[in-house]
Amino acid sequence: MLDRKTWMTMALLLLPVALLVFGAEQVGVRLFERIAINLCISLALVVGLQVFMGNSGILSFAHIGFMGVGAYASAVLSIPAQMKGMALPDLYPAIADLQLQPYLAIAIGGLVAAAVAAVVSYPLMRLSDAAAVITSFALLVVLHTLMQHWSEVTNGPRTLFGLPNATDLHLAAAVAAGAIVIAVLFKESRTGVLLRASRDDETAAAAMGANIPLLRWRAFVLSALIAGIAGGLWGHFITSFSPNAFYLKETFVILGMLVIGGTGTVSGAVFGCFAVTFAFEGLRSIESGLNRAQIFSEQVVGLTEITLALAMIGILILRPGGLFATSEIGAMLFRRGAKAPPPLPGTPQAGPQEGD
Amino acid sequence: MTAAIQFLIDVLSLGGAYALMALGLVIVYGILRLVNFAYGELIMVAGYTLFLVGGTALPWLVMAAMAVLAAVLTGIATDYVAFRPVRAKSVTAVLITSFAFSTLLQNAALLFISPRPRNLPIPDMFSDTIQIAGVITPVRNVLTIAAAAVMLTLFAIVMKRTMLGIAMRAAASHFTMARMLGVPANLVISTAFAISGLLAGVVALFWLARSGTVVPGIGLGPLLVAFIATVIGGMRSLQGAVVGGFLLAFIDTGLNYSLPQDLLKFRDAFTFSLVILILLWRPEGLIRGPATGQRT
Repeated sequence: MLDRKTWMTMALLLLPVALLVFGAEQVGVRLFERIAINLCISLALVVGLQVFMGNSGILSFAHIGFMGVGAYASAVLSIPAQMKGMALPDLYPAIADLQLQPYLAIAIGGLVAAAVAAVVSYPLMRLSDAAAVITSFALLVVLHTLMQHWSEVTNGPRTLFGLPNATDLHLAAAVAAGAIVIAVLFKESRTGVLLRASRDDETAAAAMGANIPLLRWRAFVLSALIAGIAGGLWGHFITSFSPNAFYLKETFVILGMLVIGGTGTVSGAVFGCFAVTFAFEGLRSIESGLNRAQIFSEQVVGLTEITLALAMIGILILRPGGLFATSEIGAMLFRRGAKAPPPLPGTPQAGPQEGD
Repeated sequence: MTAAIQFLIDVLSLGGAYALMALGLVIVYGILRLVNFAYGELIMVAGYTLFLVGGTALPWLVMAAMAVLAAVLTGIATDYVAFRPVRAKSVTAVLITSFAFSTLLQNAALLFISPRPRNLPIPDMFSDTIQIAGVITPVRNVLTIAAAAVMLTLFAIVMKRTMLGIAMRAAASHFTMARMLGVPANLVISTAFAISGLLAGVVALFWLARSGTVVPGIGLGPLLVAFIATVIGGMRSLQGAVVGGFLLAFIDTGLNYSLPQDLLKFRDAFTFSLVILILLWRPEGLIRGPATGQRT
C-alpha cells in the first residue's frame, strides 16, 4: 500500500531516535540521558502538532493545553494513594483511593486529552484562517485557566508533586517512534491526503466532496491524543509541575521547532526538534556559564528564547515553509539523480504583495 | 443610585481602555486580515520606556510622550520585522513571526532589564480620589474616560475626514482595488501599525498606572482583552471594536459584581468560552465590517 519512499522516510526518521538512545546509553551520563528523554518527549509533541497543523494548514495554539490535560489526568490516576492527601488535598473522595500503574495512567491521560479535544473541537473545525487561530488561542487560555483554578484535581496554581518516576529513556523513545510512525501513516492515509488537499485549496476539496470539518476533526483528535500521552510521559519524568508549564512559553518552543523544520512534513518536525533541542542545550550551558562566572550583575535569562525567535523569523523570511517544506526525506533521496524538479509554487497568497 | 453611578464609571473607564486596545488591534487586522500577536508588547515597551526615563528630571508629560513615541516606533518595527517580509507568503508564517517577535521583545526585557517588576513614575494626580455625585472614585478612572473620548473622537475624524483615513478605509474594504487607484500599500500598512502603536501607547499610560509597575509579561492581559473585544464586536469593523470593548467591560464588571467568589476565578474561562461561542455563531463578529472579498 505504501510506496518505498514512505518506508524510506519512516526508516530514516526512526534512525536518529535509535541513534539517540544508543548514544545516550553509551555515554552513560545522567545529564545526557535527561536531555535525551526530554528530546524524545518534545519529538512526540512536535510530531503530534504536525499531524494537525501540517495536514490541515491551520495554526493551533491549543496543543500544549492538551499536553497539560494528559499530564494532569495521568497524575491524578497514578499518584500513590498515601501521597494524595498531601498532593491533592481537595481531590474528590470517589477517586481518592484510585491508584493505577503509571503506564496505564499515561495511556488513559492521552485518551482523556483526546476525548476533551473531540468534544470541544468538533464545532471549531468549521473555522479557517484568523478565526481558527484566535479560537485555538482562546482554547489554550480556557484550558490554562481551568488547570490553574480547578484545585480539586490540579492543586490549583501550586506545584503538583508526588508522581512516581516511571518514564525512562526506552519508554520515551518508543513513544516518540510511535508518534513518528503514526504521523507518517496518517499523512499517507485517505484522511491525510484529503486533508492536505483541503489545505492547498479549500474550495476545490470541498467541491470534490471532502467533508473538511470532519477531516480536520480527526487530525485534531489524533494530535491531541499524542500530546496527551507526551504530557503524561513528561509528568512521570519530571514528577512535579505547575499549570505554568503548559502555557505560552512552551507553545512557543514547540511551534518554533515545527516551523524551523517545516510544518508540512514529518521530516521537518523531526529535524526541527533535534536542531532546536541541541541549540537550546548549547545556549543554556552558555547562559549558566555566564551566570556562574557572574560577568553581569543580574542573572542572564531569555537568551535561548531570543535566539529561537530570531531563528524562526529568519527561517520564515528566507524559507516560509521551513527547511523541509514539501518533500519528506525519503522522497528527496529517491529524487536525487533525476532531473531537478521545477520550483514549487508558493503557498496560497496571504497579505498584500511586497512593494508598490 | 450611588451603586448605579459607581457601576457606570467602572464600565466607562474600563471600557474606554478596552475600546482603545481593541481599536489598535483591529486597525491592522482590518487591512491585512492578520492578527498581530506582538500587540501586547507595545504596551510593555511603553512601560519600560517610562521606567527608563523615570529617573530623569523631565516633566511627566514629556516622559509620557516619549513612552507613547516608543510604542509607535515599536509598532512600525513590528511591520518591518514580522509582517512585511512574509506577509505575501503565508498566513501561518505571519502569525508565527508576530508571535516570535512578541517573545523576542519579552525576552529582551527579561535579559536587558530584569524579570522583576519595575516601578513607574506615576503622578500623584492618578491615585487621588474625587467625589462625583456621591461616588468616590480614583481620578485615574475619570482621566481614562476623558482620554478614551478624546482619542476615539480624534480617530473618527482622521478616518472620516482626512485623505489618509479615507485611503486606509479603502484599503480595508478592498485592498487590490485601492492599490490600483493609487493608494500606496506599504505606506497605508505602516501607518496602520503606527496608529496601532499610538493607541497602545496611550492606553498603556492608564493601564500601567493601575499597578504602577511593569513586568516583561505585562502585554498578555491587554492582548487577550483586545482579542475578546474585537471578536465580540466584529473582527474587521472599527465601530465593532469600540462596541466590543465597552461590551466586554460591561460583562467583566457585571461578573465582578455578581459572580460568587469561587466562580470569579474562572472569569477568564467564561469570557473566552463566550468568544468561542460568538465566533461559532458569527465568524465575522457581531458587527460586520465593510463588504469585501479577497485577501490579495
